Amino acid sequence: MSMIDIRNISKWYGQFQVLTDCSTQVKQGEVVVVCGPSGSGKSTLIKCVNGLEPFQKGDVVVNGISVADAKTDLPKLRARVGMVFQHFELFPHMSIIGNLTIAQTKVLGRGADEARERGIKLLDRVGLKAHASKFPGELSGGQQQRVAIARALAMDPICMLFDEPTSALDPEMINEVLDVMVELAKEGMTMMVVTHEMGFARKVAHRVIFMDAGQIVEDATKEAFFGQPRSERAQQFLSKILQH
Amino acid sequence: MNYHWNWHVYLDQVSAGDERYLDWIISALGWTIAVSMSAWLIALTLGALIGTLRTAPNRWLVAIGNVWVEGFRNVPLLVQLFLWFFVVPEFLPAELSRWVKQDMPAKEFFTAAICLGLFTSARVAEQVRAGIQSLPRGQKMASLAMGFTLPQTYRYVLLPMAFRIVIPPLTSEFMNIIKNSSVAFAIGLMELTFISRQMIEESGQVFESLLAATLLYTICAFSANRVMTYIEKRTRVPGYIAGAK
Amino acid sequence: MLGQLDFSVIAPGLPFIWEGLLFSLKLTVVAMVGGIFLGTLLALARISGGPALAAFATAYVNTMRSIPLLMVILWFFFLIPLFTGAPMGAEKSALITFTAFEAAYYSEIMRAGIQSVSKGQVNAGYALGMTYWQSMKIVVLPQAFRNMLPVLLTQTIILFQDTSLVYAIGAKDLLKAAEITGKNYNRPIEMYLFVALVYFAICFGLSMLVKHLQKRIAIVR
Repeated sequence: MSMIDIRNISKWYGQFQVLTDCSTQVKQGEVVVVCGPSGSGKSTLIKCVNGLEPFQKGDVVVNGISVADAKTDLPKLRARVGMVFQHFELFPHMSIIGNLTIAQTKVLGRGADEARERGIKLLDRVGLKAHASKFPGELSGGQQQRVAIARALAMDPICMLFDEPTSALDPEMINEVLDVMVELAKEGMTMMVVTHEMGFARKVAHRVIFMDAGQIVEDATKEAFFGQPRSERAQQFLSKILQH
Repeated sequence: MNYHWNWHVYLDQVSAGDERYLDWIISALGWTIAVSMSAWLIALTLGALIGTLRTAPNRWLVAIGNVWVEGFRNVPLLVQLFLWFFVVPEFLPAELSRWVKQDMPAKEFFTAAICLGLFTSARVAEQVRAGIQSLPRGQKMASLAMGFTLPQTYRYVLLPMAFRIVIPPLTSEFMNIIKNSSVAFAIGLMELTFISRQMIEESGQVFESLLAATLLYTICAFSANRVMTYIEKRTRVPGYIAGAK
Repeated sequence: MLGQLDFSVIAPGLPFIWEGLLFSLKLTVVAMVGGIFLGTLLALARISGGPALAAFATAYVNTMRSIPLLMVILWFFFLIPLFTGAPMGAEKSALITFTAFEAAYYSEIMRAGIQSVSKGQVNAGYALGMTYWQSMKIVVLPQAFRNMLPVLLTQTIILFQDTSLVYAIGAKDLLKAAEITGKNYNRPIEMYLFVALVYFAICFGLSMLVKHLQKRIAIVR
């Protein structure tokens, strides 16, 4: 059974169509990288997975639960789907450990001690245990993004969504974040990652999806995609991005 | 300029009764503070609520918020005060109307506090709305993505930051409310402005009368400023620079 | 109660109320023009005046802004006659008071406006051989005024509402005229409602205009 099943979704902003009949599946334990030029709809697509962006047609089924179904308890579903954002989106008025525990206690109903223990354990895992009582504004971008990943993991997610997790980072901080993500992939986490980091894709992705103008143009295994992408647009994109 | 100074006037007895002018001034200060603080409580509570409604993803709630703000913002405070004092009681149910007009205790005080509170709530609402909308859109998304409901998102993520951001403008609203409380003289509340006019009439000491009231207003406003600055310092977020994203 | 309202008193009262409105508008316009002029001078004094002048301007602005307008109205009303030796009418006193008071508020707006114009603009003026006053008058102030136009107008709407406070010294403005009419015809409730509506229509209309202006300025920039 696929963990994430995107079924023919289309989305419009007023008259403007941003997604056109997109379909794909992510199996349990699979790592799928979504790439494409800016404005191609990849960020919108990944936000449809946990219903952060509403869509007008089609459906997304996560672990057997329909996102489009009005009867679905979306907060409950989202609590099980981890998400990491381009701009980290840590809550600036809470300490690092506060960021890691708030949803555990208020959403999952865990006790304060249990939540804290879990939070510290995850901070240790991303190498930031010493910063637990600092505030987000006191950390570097790379550190903040690692905290954001730990925050998502604290909810014991069944799968993780990454929306351009490294594109707001200074170049020297990109690797510390990618390392954490590679670790996660190797442990068998189901991941859907919007990124331009082709090195990451080569290393851990099982499949690569290429999007352009709101459509999924290519959906292939890593080997096939990097070997001989079929569409001209994907070839152009790859040649541009791999030039350096 | 020939003006007869009399700095002892504060200790003089008022013409009718055995009080001194100083007693008048002290009790007037009490009314000014009482009206300002009550109004501030109303303004903060309703302002936060209405400001939040104006950012809600619901057309009707936004519309209610807009009507509220435009209504209270576009009629002079003094006119609003007369509406509350003279007009509103006429539209109450008969029994209540009679009670308000004849028996209601401290009617001037309650009218002034409600009027000033609602007037200022519109201005607070505007600041709170702007504060919420100045937060990066991703904050709301991140909160929802973690499984928070929309009310929880406001409670734990959006409002705590929005309030920190709007403390400086709220500080000037707090000072404004103290200054604006002076209009309550027009419905006969014996606050500082009312008493200073009364004192001028009875003692003829224009300068001393106005000076006492003016100084006390300034001290009140300054104290309000200090309190808010203290709150701002206490709630400051380490490493967070307002306006930077 | 609603059924007992009788708005027919408004028609015969209109000429008198109209006079009141005219005074309110006159007070607004005089205080706006005078206030912006004096306010600009105060702002310039704070930004580029000598230390003594700057300190005076700062003290003036801060004092005015920390005192309730009602108290300022009373100060001027009672104190000017002490200096001039002759009683002054409430209307004349109001005109002076509002100009002096609003100058403090407009000066803060103009100060922000002047500081919003980049230093490079002044230097460009100097480079063309302009004097300080020339570069202010020709280069900086027009831009500052333009940038701040919406804020200046918003302040003017507040000023228009504040003119109702001349009630305290008995000047016959829109509110006072309506109140007198209401008493004469024994219909105060109707007159208060009517005058609130008039204020609302004027202020709401103007604020819509400001919003429209803000959008246009945002596009031009």
